[in-house]
Amino acid sequence: MKLSEIITILEADLLNGHDKLDMEIVAGFGSDLMSDVLNRATDGVLLLTGLTNVQVIRSAVISATTAVVFVRGKQPCDDIIEQARKHGLPIMVTPFTMFTASGKLYEGGLRGIENRSAAKH
Amino acid sequence: MAELEKTYTVKPRDFIRAGEVSIQIQSLLKSMGVTPDIVRRASVCAYESEMNIVMYGGEGTFTLRVDQDMIMIRACDDGPGIDDIELAFQEGYSTATPEYREIGFGAGMGLPNIKKNSDEIQVESHKGEGTCLVIYIKIN
Ligand SMILES: Nc1ncnc2c1ncn2[C@@H]1O[C@H](COP(=O)(O)OP(=O)(O)O)[C@@H](O)[C@H]1O
Ligand SMILES: [Mg+2]
Repeated sequence: MKLSEIITILEADLLNGHDKLDMEIVAGFGSDLMSDVLNRATDGVLLLTGLTNVQVIRSAVISATTAVVFVRGKQPCDDIIEQARKHGLPIMVTPFTMFTASGKLYEGGLRGIENRSAAKH
Repeated sequence: MAELEKTYTVKPRDFIRAGEVSIQIQSLLKSMGVTPDIVRRASVCAYESEMNIVMYGGEGTFTLRVDQDMIMIRACDDGPGIDDIELAFQEGYSTATPEYREIGFGAGMGLPNIKKNSDEIQVESHKGEGTCLVIYIKIN
């Protein structure tokens, strides 16, 4: 699914990544635990999270996560948007809660990371 | 691949910069042509250990060494040390404060994640003296 379709489905406000609308998202992952993100998210993965601190951006960069969605309308501060810009990480805000946002994406055809395992062993 | 050794410092409780050293290490490994999977594993190990120094440790020193067939990351700090290393490596064990949990840490998965993403680790820690974690990741 393209990033642009995700923005449409989630009625999201894109805060960074306007040059990456054609980027392909292959799976979705929702978590508020950074170790989970580091362990499970990776290239091609869309991360949905309720946290809006700078560690979310850094965890996404470290794990090579493709894009980040902040749920239930939580607006990150300018510093965080600036960090995302610096690392070329697309980020957006959706008014929907984690459950609803995930459900809408699933309904639209996006699946979870279960078929894609990030780490070895 | 070129051989390289580089040292970085990590400040305890500096949550504004926490993770920046690992991102620098990630960029460096990428620029050296290390494969994405290896870069990812090394970056995750670096980041989890950097966050541990920021949250629990003292003044930290990070050393990255890249050899022909091995990446080594040494993360040392002069903080309070780890009481029971075996316990610290158990999934779910954490002494994180509510503030750390609020920013998404404290799941007790950091050290297990490092173990999982590395080929070998050595831990040395003494109460009141600090902690040294040495992480090895094979290249190919
Ligand atoms: N550098 C360190 N200095 C002192 N204690 C540490 C250090 N690193 C880890 N620990 C201890 O080990 C525990 C487990 O670490 P970890 O597996 O990364 O989980 P978490 O970071 O979620 O607490 C920490 O809660 C802390 O008590
Ligand atoms: Mg940790």
